[in-house]
Amino acid sequence: MIDNIKNYVTSLFLWELLKGLRLTGKYLFKRKITVQYPEEKTPQSHRFRGLHALRRYPNGEERCIACKLCEAVCPAVAITIESEARADGSRRTTKYDIDLTKCIFCGFCEESCPVDSIVETRIFEYHGEKRGDLLMTKQRLLEIGDLVEKQLAEDRTKDALYR
Amino acid sequence: MSDNHIKIEVDGKSLKADKGQMLIEVTDANDIYVPRFCYHKKLTVAANCRMCLVEVEKAPKPLPACATPVMDGMIVKTQSKVATDAQKSIMEFLLINHPLDCPICDQGGECELQDLAMGYGGDVSRYQEKKRVVKDKNIGSLIQTDLTRCIHCTRCVRFGEEVAGLREMGATGRGENMEIGTYIEKSVSSEMSGNIIDLCPVGALTSKPFRYSARTWELVQKDGIAPHDSVGSNIHLHVKGDRVKRVAPAENESINEVWLSDRDRFSYEGIYSDDRLQMPMIKEDDSWKEVDWETALDVVKEKLNGVIESNSAEQVGLLASPSATLEELYLLQKFARGIGSSNIDTRLRQADFSDQDLVSQFPYLGQTVSGLETLQSALLIGSNVRKEQPIMNHRLRKAALKGAAIMLLNPVDYDYNYPLEVKSIVAPEELPLELTSILKAVIEMSDGPIDTQAKQYVENVNFTEVHQIIASKLISSKRAIVLLGNTATAHPQFSSLRTLAGLIAKISNSNLGYLSEAANSSGAWLAGAVPHRHAGGKQCANIGMNSNEMLHAKLKAYVLLGTEPELDCWDSRAARIAMNDAELVISLTAYRSGEIENYADVMLPISAFVETSGTYINNEGISQSFTGAVPPLGEARPAWKLLRVLGNTFNLDGFEYQSSSDVNAEVMQTIGDIKAENMGHWRSPVAIEKKSTDLQRITETPMNMIDSLCRRAFSLQQTDNVSDGAIHINRVLADKNNLSDTDTANVEQDDSAVNLNVVIDDRVPDDCVLIQSAHPAQIDLGGSFGPIRIAKA
Repeated sequence: MIDNIKNYVTSLFLWELLKGLRLTGKYLFKRKITVQYPEEKTPQSHRFRGLHALRRYPNGEERCIACKLCEAVCPAVAITIESEARADGSRRTTKYDIDLTKCIFCGFCEESCPVDSIVETRIFEYHGEKRGDLLMTKQRLLEIGDLVEKQLAEDRTKDALYR
Repeated sequence: MSDNHIKIEVDGKSLKADKGQMLIEVTDANDIYVPRFCYHKKLTVAANCRMCLVEVEKAPKPLPACATPVMDGMIVKTQSKVATDAQKSIMEFLLINHPLDCPICDQGGECELQDLAMGYGGDVSRYQEKKRVVKDKNIGSLIQTDLTRCIHCTRCVRFGEEVAGLREMGATGRGENMEIGTYIEKSVSSEMSGNIIDLCPVGALTSKPFRYSARTWELVQKDGIAPHDSVGSNIHLHVKGDRVKRVAPAENESINEVWLSDRDRFSYEGIYSDDRLQMPMIKEDDSWKEVDWETALDVVKEKLNGVIESNSAEQVGLLASPSATLEELYLLQKFARGIGSSNIDTRLRQADFSDQDLVSQFPYLGQTVSGLETLQSALLIGSNVRKEQPIMNHRLRKAALKGAAIMLLNPVDYDYNYPLEVKSIVAPEELPLELTSILKAVIEMSDGPIDTQAKQYVENVNFTEVHQIIASKLISSKRAIVLLGNTATAHPQFSSLRTLAGLIAKISNSNLGYLSEAANSSGAWLAGAVPHRHAGGKQCANIGMNSNEMLHAKLKAYVLLGTEPELDCWDSRAARIAMNDAELVISLTAYRSGEIENYADVMLPISAFVETSGTYINNEGISQSFTGAVPPLGEARPAWKLLRVLGNTFNLDGFEYQSSSDVNAEVMQTIGDIKAENMGHWRSPVAIEKKSTDLQRITETPMNMIDSLCRRAFSLQQTDNVSDGAIHINRVLADKNNLSDTDTANVEQDDSAVNLNVVIDDRVPDDCVLIQSAHPAQIDLGGSFGPIRIAKA
């Protein structure tokens, strides 16, 4: 009986609503955490797994040795590699494709790479406008690598402690 | 339990063993795995890798399982602490100098060291010092060396000594400085050298054509039958996607054991030659036009019917490669006989067919392939078996090392990799005379009843000590055979050779056998792809022309199946002329070439050897079927399908097959039991002609030139076993003609002449000129044997 009266009064004075508004009010005056993307950006871990890249050694030689471990480990079967012996006798890829529409960004490729060649960069702002735009070829992957090599090298040094 | 059997205990299990067996043989037989690198069941025990150390009770130290003979009551522990500690230590030693760069090694994924390192290797290397590095050696176009990876198991060295019979590879230096290599800087020339790729447990010896092109886990293994020699070696095809990436032997103890010849291993490269024909093509106004299948078949029908109507079906000749499958050859002969022509032949490198009606159902080895190794004596006539049938040579070699007397009668002093009892190297014209002398010796020494005709025949013949030895060995051996090789088959008096060899075999109580040339030489006879026999070996009422007659008769139309007559035929010149003069040449071919484009009117693309299902019948009469491993390139189609459709196009009966196994079922039903009786099928010997005074031509087909596939396998063509387009003469003849190694000679045969380089080759007998066939430079010369003239150009 008493409970019924209590319920009636609280619902009449919109108590629940006020309770909710109190929380809203609290956040209204708190410091905002909204990031004004793209003007502002969230901080990234050095282990961030974004767009892929192929790295080179400081002397300009591509790192990839066509061992195909990344191709074998890729759970989405997104990587396709073809290889042959280059004129100097070294083992090199003739084709290194990553289909980003298949890729699930698990980072296994990076982890399996014995020479730190295939890596995932911090780049995540990219898009494709037509079919094929998201098929990364060896050429494009190397270009990305060249573009962000400094960052990549720093990130790898930071992570070296834990590997 | 007999004296020979004993009982041992391994890991608590009681096992039966034979006395004298090594421990590892017993554990292998009972599925108990003991790690090993140097032990191989087909090679002698070296016990130098020490990986197979196991604990044996009462032995003070762990013992190597591969070199420890079993003893009654022996108690062995393969998994105990002592054993695994020993194995782990060995692994640590092995990994000291082995590079740890598996990702770039071609053996990665199928490496025995890699596998065992997973089980026995440590996670961290304690070794900090310098690793050794060995310079790679270039040992030819087939095998890639990476000698830093070598763990000195010496399997390759032992293979060279024990199987290939060539001490090509060896170890120099000691301890850490030990290096494997060829003693002198040169390429490995053995015809079975590719096997060291399989034997090498690490990536020190890998396949050069395959190098870095795929990883083992990407490859799918499919079964096949080797398409070159008449052995019918079982093979594994390693396929990635739609491409054959490499070929490895499949184990078949009764045929190829675990070995494979280089030709069978590396010829797959020919499938992907730039010469592959991928679209049906027809010639219009002397230029080639790609058309679809329907148009091409219509053109074939129209043109072939045109020739048949304006002349007769007898003006159509069909030449097929003896490497074609049983189904293809059966359908081809069915097609030929369906349109009314009996001119069909696969015996392209043969000239004497005069006793073809008398001989057995197919060229039969006379015994089993595996039985060759238990022979006590063998007489080889006109055969370079080492290059032509390498696996059979290996069996003969085993017999020879066990003490069998292998005797030779050859027109060229070929190199053999085992001791020969005697050899007689004579000019081709003298081969029958030599055989007559041997026959005489056999008749004189035999105590059985002898045909009076044979006796009369050899009345005025003399024999020497060599003949006497051959005769006595054949007579005294329980298991003896007389084998006719490829040169004998190509000999212009093949029927005489056959008759004499048969008589020698009969009187000396030996077998008679043929070493045939191609994968389906035997199957071709059984399929009826010969002018005088139907499928199954039944005599034809209407005997057609044989290959040689077809070429010399200059028929109006030729249908070619997988063959390039100017390279494959006994008389290359006649073949070229016949093709060029023919009104119509329809070539069912996997390849295009300048020559084919020149003479053919229609080219129909057929699949290469792994792209079709089919059957080969080997020299021993074993029928082995296989399925297609990869789809044909481009618009090429399996030849049996093409022939079936061709049969339908010509409205012939009995061409309603759904699959090649339907065809196979029909052929096999027609053939019934595959059996052949070589003995007693010959005519009485004819008088042998007197020796002429001319120089004589000898022709050999080097092992990597025998068919279109080999000729287009890039790596095989870099080896020594290819035609050099030169004349090989011995020093005596060279001096007589004032010729030297650097000269060019004008070579004249019949009424045509060409200029060829001179090679001084002392394997060639006096007054003979050896020419290697299937080389474009010698096509215009003509027949494989016969009088020839040379002069300084």
